[in-house]
Amino acid sequence: MKSILNKAVLTLGTLFMVLELSAQNEGASGSNIFIYTLVGIAVILFFGMLINVADNLIGIEAKQNNIDVEDGGLALIPGFNHLFGGKVADYTANAPLTILRRGHDILLEGEATSTVKEATGVTRYAVQPTSFLGLQPIPKMTVEVGASVKAGDQIFFDKQMPDVAFVAPVSGEVIELNRGAKRAITEIVILADKKQEYRTFSQPDLKTANRETILNFMKESGAWSLLRQRPYNTIPNPEVTPRDIFVSTFDSAPLAPDSAVVVAGQEAAFQMGIDVLARLTDGQVHLGLDGRGETAPPAAFTEAVNASKRYFKGKHPVGNVGVQIHHTAPVGGGDIVWVLGVQEVITLGNLFKEGRFDASRVVALVGAELETPHYVRTYAGANVGELLKGNLKQDNVRYISGDVLSGDQKTPNSYLNFYDDQLTVIKEGDYYELFGWLLPLSPRPTISNTFPNFLFPKVKFEGDTNTHGEKRAFVVTNAYEQVMPMDVYPQQIMKSILVNDIERMEGLGILELVEEDVALCEFVCVSKQPLQQILREGLETMREQG
Amino acid sequence: MKKALLNFFERIEPDKAKSPLLHTAYDAFFTFAFTPNTVTAKGVHIRDGMDLKRTMVTVVVALQLLYVFGTYNIGNQHFHALGMYTGTFEAIHLKIFYGLVKILPIFVVTHLVGLGVEFYYAAKKGHAVEEGFLVSGALIPLIMPPDIPLWILSISIIFAVVIGKEAFGGTGMNILNIALLARVFVFFAYPTYISGDEVWIAGIEKVGAGAYAGQEYGGIYGILDSIFGSFGWATFGEGKQAVVDGFTGATPLGLASKGGWAAVTEHYSVSDMWWGHIPGSIGETSKPLVLIGALMLILTKVADWRIMVSAVVGFVVCGLMINGIAPATFGPETDGIFKFMAVPWYYHFYMGSFFFAMAFMATDPVTAASTATGKWIYGFFIGFIGLIIRILNPAYPEGWMLAILFMNVFAPLIDHYVFEANVKRRAKRQVALAKARVEAAPANAATVTAE
Repeated sequence: MKSILNKAVLTLGTLFMVLELSAQNEGASGSNIFIYTLVGIAVILFFGMLINVADNLIGIEAKQNNIDVEDGGLALIPGFNHLFGGKVADYTANAPLTILRRGHDILLEGEATSTVKEATGVTRYAVQPTSFLGLQPIPKMTVEVGASVKAGDQIFFDKQMPDVAFVAPVSGEVIELNRGAKRAITEIVILADKKQEYRTFSQPDLKTANRETILNFMKESGAWSLLRQRPYNTIPNPEVTPRDIFVSTFDSAPLAPDSAVVVAGQEAAFQMGIDVLARLTDGQVHLGLDGRGETAPPAAFTEAVNASKRYFKGKHPVGNVGVQIHHTAPVGGGDIVWVLGVQEVITLGNLFKEGRFDASRVVALVGAELETPHYVRTYAGANVGELLKGNLKQDNVRYISGDVLSGDQKTPNSYLNFYDDQLTVIKEGDYYELFGWLLPLSPRPTISNTFPNFLFPKVKFEGDTNTHGEKRAFVVTNAYEQVMPMDVYPQQIMKSILVNDIERMEGLGILELVEEDVALCEFVCVSKQPLQQILREGLETMREQG
Repeated sequence: MKKALLNFFERIEPDKAKSPLLHTAYDAFFTFAFTPNTVTAKGVHIRDGMDLKRTMVTVVVALQLLYVFGTYNIGNQHFHALGMYTGTFEAIHLKIFYGLVKILPIFVVTHLVGLGVEFYYAAKKGHAVEEGFLVSGALIPLIMPPDIPLWILSISIIFAVVIGKEAFGGTGMNILNIALLARVFVFFAYPTYISGDEVWIAGIEKVGAGAYAGQEYGGIYGILDSIFGSFGWATFGEGKQAVVDGFTGATPLGLASKGGWAAVTEHYSVSDMWWGHIPGSIGETSKPLVLIGALMLILTKVADWRIMVSAVVGFVVCGLMINGIAPATFGPETDGIFKFMAVPWYYHFYMGSFFFAMAFMATDPVTAASTATGKWIYGFFIGFIGLIIRILNPAYPEGWMLAILFMNVFAPLIDHYVFEANVKRRAKRQVALAKARVEAAPANAATVTAE
């Protein structure tokens, strides 16, 4: 594609030069100019051909060296991406590499400093059934308010999968049971003990136990809730054996925690988790490794055994597991794969290593509205207000469990979602802006070249929640395709969801997507459409259809 | 000041239930002045600074040079025809003011009528006024002849906006380009006003068979004259002056279709055609300024470069083919069309409005093909078909309007096949993956038994 562009630009440039020349040289006879033009084009075509052949040779070479480039072929004439995108790092030589050209990194202020503090002030934790997709709205409780639980004790189960336990992340007293719309249970709050107590499990020995035993142990010990399946991002059905299992070892979302910080000290647990996963699938455990940096990712990931590894280089959403699946072994046609994050793998590994459900998490507290953005060690489902105590610059802020693209809005009195290891705080954007669409005065993140942002690629933004415009009908502006590194047409999928055309949705690859994969498209959308919400509706429709 | 303005807006807000039309208009102006304070709800928490208003206004900004030049050129052509002030900068104030007198009413009427229809439908359907007409309203004056009667202009805009856009559901839903639809309406409904050789220069009237004279200056011109006179500058004077000998008023394309390239160069030099000192629609004549606008759209990524490049490719391919079948020598009896066919393809860039159509009409994001592959095909055929219409169809002096509308209709079909290809590719990929798994299965089976 790029070589076509280069050639076209060359041809056009020459063409206009000839036109300009002839415009000034009125006396010249037409046939002369015509011949010059033909000769010019012939020369360009000749060189174009040479370049094309060389280009293909390089492509073959690249293939032999296991370098996979998204659009096929490396262009001989370097594009802007190549000139300014940096070189491929050396450490990626020992595993396959996928380079993604499309995407966008939203640079925000408030990155966490890499020291991990203990979250001493947090007393309340909650299990939120809404964190686990695919459950019925009112799960069956196995404890009551006032009961005291140990970490790893069952709290509730879902009626569709009665043998799968959802367990307490911390030990303490169940103090609240909060309900939302239609009496659905939204939060089961536990007041944590000062000293954590764990329910002890007798874990099966990985070497001797069969798959059945391992599965049963995982269902009983709460480890099942660590798994999610694609398509749909739901809690997987224990009856179905996954085709493959995917773990993305890095998060490319804005201000996402650095997985090197997360895995530090937990290397053995991570490897143990991978070993467990390898027993659960007939296929492979795929690790997506970070190929973006100058230096190699931690050895815990690069040296992991029992898994197939692949480097990914590019901009966000390159760290999304969905994107990595798409470029490794896509789902579709009834395939089920499981996905986990790094912290879930560590919890799983610790369970098999030590026989206890240790839901401790390293959470990044980030965002421009925090005094000191940093990492804390806490447990899954920590209270938002308690995590942020004394760290806020002002009050008019948005609390987000997760990143600014696909996270959940929270209040100080609510709790981090189970899978989230990031708490972002940014300014609320409830201000009017005089001629804001025409002459914006404050810098803001954007992919559009109508702003001078592209001249300052390293500048970080505060970012706020203003929509910067009103909702409009879908208008094709190429914005989605600039940030979607998958072979899908997001806008067309959205349109087929809106008209409920199930066959079309599936054909166009809705099953390969979850919310976080289209989040960047939603960010850039000039029509301010709610793509993630539309996609979830489509996925629910698909799921109901079976 | 910002606060005072906000307060003012709050005070004058009309009641939505009592007067929906008034409220819609109020809302449109308010959101024009202030980006609203809405915050993200579900989904992403942070939004790109780009919105539809800014997208649209970028196109409008890219058109501004053309407005400036178009205004000047109306006057320039007028005085040229009369043989007065033939230097480029000679009596430039007269040329510009003459142009302004012509273009301002067109611009104002376009927006009054177009926005009026938009506001009416927005109030009726109860949604905010969408920005689509910002671009259409900026494009329409540029593609009209300078002497277009304002009532024709109004009717064509009403037709384009109501039938072309609102009937399909408003901005973003229309199949055909609104600006071109307005032009095509004038073209077919009032052919005498927009086709033929005689209308492309403002203020030239037919005074007898084959005899033309300039208009009579009065009214506004008299007022301007008294101002210019007090400065000691040149004035409009009385008017009614006869045109220069050999005046035809024809555009280069009109000449070429009768006598080939030789007939064109008899009247216009190549550099005049390149820089735009020729009669034509108001904004299309200056090629360098159009290309600057096009470059601006490409760099800001508001318009797609693929469409522009492939339109040029289609144009060149078609030009080469037509040149190839044109006769090599002409006798005195040769028809004009053969001479037109023999005009070398690269000269076609100088005549007519190809660049304007390619940069601003074909790239309309709503009506163009939406996929990258689709855009290559779409643009190519616009270039290809447009040139065929221009050269081979004697009924239409220029082809882009019809070629683009034609391809607008086909754009959804092109996209459909691109999507079908994606669906097929996905299905194929899944089959291949499944096959690879079946082949790898024995190895896995072995591990299962080892348990």
